[in-house]
Amino acid sequence: MRLRKNLVIAIFVTLITFAQFHAKATEECFEGISRGIFKFNMFFDDIVLEPVAKGYSKLPNPIKAGTSNFTSNISTLLSLPNSLLQGNLKEFGHAAGSFLVNTTVGILGFLNPAERIGLKPNKEDTGQTLATYGVGSGCYFVLPILGPTTVRDSVGLIADTFIDPFAHVTLRENELLGVSGNNFDYYSFKGTNAIDFRSDNLANFSSLEKNSIDLYASFKSIYLQDRENKIENSQDDQDDWGNLDN
Amino acid sequence: MKKLLFVIVTLLIIANNSLQAYSSSPKEFVKELVEDAITKLADKSVSSDDKKLFIEKIALENVDIKALGMYTLGELRKSANKKDLEKYELAFEKYFLKSLTSRLSDYSESKFEVTNSDQKSSNYTIVSSKIIPSDGNPEIKIDWRIYTKNPNKPLIRDLIVEGLSLARTQKEEFTSILSSNNNDINILITKLKEFVQN
Repeated sequence: MRLRKNLVIAIFVTLITFAQFHAKATEECFEGISRGIFKFNMFFDDIVLEPVAKGYSKLPNPIKAGTSNFTSNISTLLSLPNSLLQGNLKEFGHAAGSFLVNTTVGILGFLNPAERIGLKPNKEDTGQTLATYGVGSGCYFVLPILGPTTVRDSVGLIADTFIDPFAHVTLRENELLGVSGNNFDYYSFKGTNAIDFRSDNLANFSSLEKNSIDLYASFKSIYLQDRENKIENSQDDQDDWGNLDN
Repeated sequence: MKKLLFVIVTLLIIANNSLQAYSSSPKEFVKELVEDAITKLADKSVSSDDKKLFIEKIALENVDIKALGMYTLGELRKSANKKDLEKYELAFEKYFLKSLTSRLSDYSESKFEVTNSDQKSSNYTIVSSKIIPSDGNPEIKIDWRIYTKNPNKPLIRDLIVEGLSLARTQKEEFTSILSSNNNDINILITKLKEFVQN
């Protein structure tokens, strides 16, 4: 019943936003509302996320590294179906190998021996998969708590919960290979992931806040650049200096 | 009089030498420059005003601030009048120097390592490096876009932190301000000035 309800929501969102896919990511869907949500998100960050992340950053390094490895290992599960959907068997092999090695030798993913043997998979999600199919990003907007996104990436976000094996077991409470979980596991994982990310970026966020004259636009630029890099699986800077080379 | 002249000349030579000339090889240039900056910023015997002056001096000498300013202005640089562009250049330089000092101070406690150098064209070399924070946080990958049109005088044009270009972020930030203010360059100049004053 719940699956059907979610499916209906996903189809509805896809249909109402499909017409927006042609829009460029730099175009805003509804800037005024997005700026309002962004303000709320910054407020939420100030009173909840940042203080928790600061506390987390004071934990001993082995605990932080272990937590980071653990969440990263679970995130790899989402890369498995997406690598297959992208037809990237090499990436699938890296993701599967990394997950197997880290879950077993790496003690449930708290250690990362896979990286030492050269298995360092890229993170792949449905938004990236849609991009490889040629689906345009659509316009840009900001979601409460979840932050910056585009039409394509928000559709991808919903689709992720259907194809991610971890979400299948926890959010949808299905059993997979004898493993079961619940909603609490899913949201605990997502929350821990967010705190770990925020903790890694305490200095970067504070530097950005101090040095931006339009913080909303800075976050938008960073989000869009990051997505481009993830879709290309590359961090190569795009040369758009044009006629300034003279 | 001769003595006084000697003292003045000696002081000028010392002052001049305090500003190091860095290598013309892009890789060595970045390595020497950043190590110099980090050492200075971490030196507790140097006052914060002197640190600021030092960073401003090496930035003025080694960063292509004028080109960066024009790049971040986007298409408007082609249509804005000369007088406005001059005002913008001045405001941008002050804004850039303030924000650079602030950004560098955030990383002064870190270790720095140049890892690679890749010549993209006769005009550009990308120098790859990493910063290893002292607090145990993950290392940060930084690529330096070095403009090498004059091979004897490399200039920094952009820093790409974990794949995110600071110049592009700045450009899109300015574009947002301009587009919500009828492309009025004077509003942007005012915002830059406000940033410097705060």
